[in-house]
Amino acid sequence: MESITNSIQGVPLNHYILFCTIIFCIGVIGVLIRRNAIVIFMSVELMLNAVNLLLVAFSAYKGDASGQVFVFFVMALAAAEVAVGLAIIVMIYRNTNSTDINVLNRLKW
Amino acid sequence: MNLFYLIAFLSIVFSLLVIFSKNPVYSVLYLIITFFTFTIHYILLNAQFLAIVNFIVYMGAIMVLFLFVLMLLNLNEDSEPMKSNLIKIAGVVAGMCLLVTLIGSFKALGESNPLILQNPEIGLVKNLGKVLFNEFLLPFEISSILLLTAMVGAVLIAKRDIKKV
Repeated sequence: MESITNSIQGVPLNHYILFCTIIFCIGVIGVLIRRNAIVIFMSVELMLNAVNLLLVAFSAYKGDASGQVFVFFVMALAAAEVAVGLAIIVMIYRNTNSTDINVLNRLKW
Repeated sequence: MNLFYLIAFLSIVFSLLVIFSKNPVYSVLYLIITFFTFTIHYILLNAQFLAIVNFIVYMGAIMVLFLFVLMLLNLNEDSEPMKSNLIKIAGVVAGMCLLVTLIGSFKALGESNPLILQNPEIGLVKNLGKVLFNEFLLPFEISSILLLTAMVGAVLIAKRDIKKV
């Protein structure tokens, strides 16, 4: 274990920020270009994970355990969110026979 | 040090494949690989508890839920709704603009110190458990209520309306 964690030594914190920003923006692009509600959900999961990794990186950088506890809560929240969201998608599919979010544009008015 | 860049490259590639693959089932499978690379990132940061939780909760529970719903709804490439090319290009351009803006603002921070694990014991189950059950006991209990309400809500929403049938 010691040799594995030694390999992280020397990576600047900036590179973690850049990497997490790229993953977050990939999630944003996924939300913008897809119409399948389930794939949009997966993009939201990508965004949540990018933020989680950044919290853990800052927590390790500062030597403070609170960040990792917060990531634990975010994971519990994500599990709850996915359960409710997928239930909503199943209900939408039952009513409209598709998971296309454009079918739901009636919700705008 | 090089291991971080290799794993970061793999995560970016697989997350791009998630949003650009046409078949939603392939998207879920690529997302599982992306989460696995995130687990490796947590292990590299010596956050062992979070690595295990990420492995079990994300790759286990959430991905099974996604795959189950996808198979239940019988979605495949033929029924996949696609946006027009114009909207796709506009979406990619908008996302890239966000990326450039964020990176530009982070450049203003200047060069940062290298990440050195000051306290490598921090992510172990023992220490994290002590913090979790001392300072964060109330949020921990409240999150259990959140999970309970989410479970009740999911069952209530997904249940078929009896009067309708």
